[in-house]
Amino acid sequence: MYGYNGKILRVNLTARTVKVEALDETKARKYIGGRGFGTKMMMDEVDPSVDALSPANKLMIVTGPLTGTATPTGGRYMAVTKSPLTGTIASSNSGGYFGAELKFAGWDAIILEGKASAPVYLNIIDDKVEILDAAPLWGKVLSATTDALEQAHGGKARILAIGPAGERLSLLASIMNDRWRAAGRSGVGAVMGSKNLKAIVVKGSGKVAIANDDALKAAFAVCMTKIKENGVTGTGLPAYGTAVLVNIINENGAFPTNNFQESVFGKAEEISGEALAEKYLKKKDPCYRCPIACGRYCEVDDIKGGGPEYETIWAFGSDCGVSSLKDVIKANYWCNEYGLDTISAGATLAAAMELYQRGLVKKADFGDGPELTFGNADAIVEWTKRMGKAEGFGAKLALGSYRLCDSYGVPELSMSVKKQEMPAYDPRGIVGQGLSYATSNRGGCHVRGYMISPEILGLPEKLDRLDTAGKPLWTKIFQDFTAAIDSVGLCLFTSFAMGADDYAALYNAVCGTSITGAEFITSGERIWNLEKQYNLAAGIGSNQDTLPPRLLKEPIPEGPSKGLVHPLDKVLPEYYSLRGWDAKGIPTKAKLAELGVD
Amino acid sequence: MTIQARLFATLREGRGKVIAAELEEGATVADLAARLAISHKDIAILLVGGRDAAMDKILTDGDIVSVFPPVGGG
Repeated sequence: MYGYNGKILRVNLTARTVKVEALDETKARKYIGGRGFGTKMMMDEVDPSVDALSPANKLMIVTGPLTGTATPTGGRYMAVTKSPLTGTIASSNSGGYFGAELKFAGWDAIILEGKASAPVYLNIIDDKVEILDAAPLWGKVLSATTDALEQAHGGKARILAIGPAGERLSLLASIMNDRWRAAGRSGVGAVMGSKNLKAIVVKGSGKVAIANDDALKAAFAVCMTKIKENGVTGTGLPAYGTAVLVNIINENGAFPTNNFQESVFGKAEEISGEALAEKYLKKKDPCYRCPIACGRYCEVDDIKGGGPEYETIWAFGSDCGVSSLKDVIKANYWCNEYGLDTISAGATLAAAMELYQRGLVKKADFGDGPELTFGNADAIVEWTKRMGKAEGFGAKLALGSYRLCDSYGVPELSMSVKKQEMPAYDPRGIVGQGLSYATSNRGGCHVRGYMISPEILGLPEKLDRLDTAGKPLWTKIFQDFTAAIDSVGLCLFTSFAMGADDYAALYNAVCGTSITGAEFITSGERIWNLEKQYNLAAGIGSNQDTLPPRLLKEPIPEGPSKGLVHPLDKVLPEYYSLRGWDAKGIPTKAKLAELGVD
Repeated sequence: MTIQARLFATLREGRGKVIAAELEEGATVADLAARLAISHKDIAILLVGGRDAAMDKILTDGDIVSVFPPVGGG
C-alpha cells in the first residue's frame, strides 16, 4: 500500500497481549485515516453507550496517510475515543513528532483496549512491541516522565504520555507528546489513565511508501508557494504565533472576559501576541515538516517550555480577568506538566470565579488556597497545580466547568457546549462561529469549523461577522473540509492557504489515487455524519446543539458588539436542512445512504 | 478632527501603537492610511469602531480605527 503502512497494532492491556492486524483498505480509503478512520473503528468496535472510563472503552491513536510523508505539516495524529467529558465521540489532534515516528515504525494506528492491572507503558521499536512496568513513572509530571523515558530508551525516541491529571481521571486531561504538544481536548488523557497506561515510546527506522514521487514533488511545490505567499501562514503566524489574535478579537468586541460576562478586555494589550513576542518569546518551536512554525517557546523566571497559544492566553487571561502574561505562561506550563487541556482548565477557573463572585462558592471552599477572584494572577497558577493534582477544591475543578456549576445548582453558568468549554470567541459577536460551536460533534470547540477565518480574518473571503445570511452553508463546508483535513494527517492551519484541490493532489500523489477536491470534502461530510450517528447512539441528541443561555439571552454589555445575542434560532434550521437532516437535526436515511455511512 | 489609529503587529514598526491623527473633515480611511504611510496591500483587517470598514469610509471626529496586517491563527 502507498501512504498507509497497512498495519494496525492492537494492544489488550487486560491480557497484556499485542496483535498485528491488517488495515482494512476499503474502510481506510472511505474514511481517510486519523479522525475519520478512528471514528469508524470506534463505531465498529465500541458500543456508544459504554462508560468512557471503563475498560470497555477503547483509545485509538490514529495517523493519516500523509503523516510521516514529505508534505507540509505532515506529522499529525489523532487520539480517538469516547469522551468522558462530553459523552460524545472524541478526536483530539496533535502535532510534534510522535505521529510521524509511529508511521516510520510501520504502524498506521494503535488500538488500546482493556485495562492494565498496574501502571504500564508501551515501548515500540519498529515491529517490536513491549509492555513495560510504569510504576516508577506514575505520579510524575511530563518533563520528569519524558526525561526518564529518554534516559531509558535513548534521546531519539518520541514519547507520548499523560501527566498526573490523566492518572487521576481528570475530565480535562490531555494526552501529551514531545513534552508539550497536546491532544488537548475532551478528556482523552483520562481514558488513557483509566487504562493504567502512562506512556508510549516509539522509534521507527522505516519510511512511508509514496505512489508517485514526481507528482508529490510538484504538489508539494504548489502548496509551499501558497503557504509562503499567504499573509497568515507566511508572515503572521511565523512572527507572532496564534497569540496575535488577542488584539484582533478584542478590537472586534468578541473577546470573552470574566466568564463571558463581558466581551472586551481593557488590558488586552498586556497579554497580546505583540507583548509575548517582545517580552517572553525565546524561539519558534515548529512541528514535523512545518513551514509555518507557529509554535512558541517561552521563558519566564525558572520556567521554560512550549506555548502559550492564543486560546490559552484567553482562558487564563481575559476569561479570568488576569492581565499578567507572566502568570498566564506559568499556568500554561503547569497545564503541560500535569497534562491538562489549557482551554477547559482556564475556562473552568473562570466559571469558579463567577461562582465565588455570586457567593455560591465560599471562601472556606478554597482551604489554604488563594481566593478565586477575577483578576487574581496568583490564583490561576496555584489552582492549575491543584487541579492537576486533584487536591481539595482542585478535585472539583478537575471535572470541568459544567459539573462544577451543576454541583452548585447553576449549570447555566458553565460556558460550554455539550459540557465542553467554548474557546476564545464570543459567539454573540460572530454568528457563524456560534453556529459552529453549537453543532460541533465534540462539544464547544473552535477547530471543528473555524469560521473566524472568513468572519474575522477574511480568508478565503471576508464575511460580515454579524450577518446570518449564508452562514449555515459556510459553517457546513468548513466543518466537512476540516473533518477531511483532520483525517489526512495535516495541520488545519494549512487551510488558511491551501484549497481542497491541493489536499487532493497531495493525497493522490502519496496514495496513488485520483480523487477530486470535491470528493475530499465529501469524505469529510461522511465523517461528520458518522460522528453524529455515534453521538446519537451515545444518547447525545440534537437538543444539545445549542449555546449557553447567557449567549442566547443576555446582550453583550459594552464595546463594538454591544447589545448582541446569538441568533441561533435563525441559522440552525437552515443548517440542518443543508446537511440533509430532518428538522430535529437527525440525519435522514437518504443522506446516510448517499454518503455511504454504514 | 481627531482620529485614533490603533496599529498592530508589524504595522507598529516605526509608527507606534496608538496614534492621534488630525485630519480634515470628510477624510476617509484611505487618507488616514496615507498619513501613516501604510500601504493598502499591508492592510488585511480594518475596523472602524470595531466594525468592518472599507478604505473609502468617511471618518468622523473621535472614530477609532484599528488596522491589522495579514495575521491570524487559532
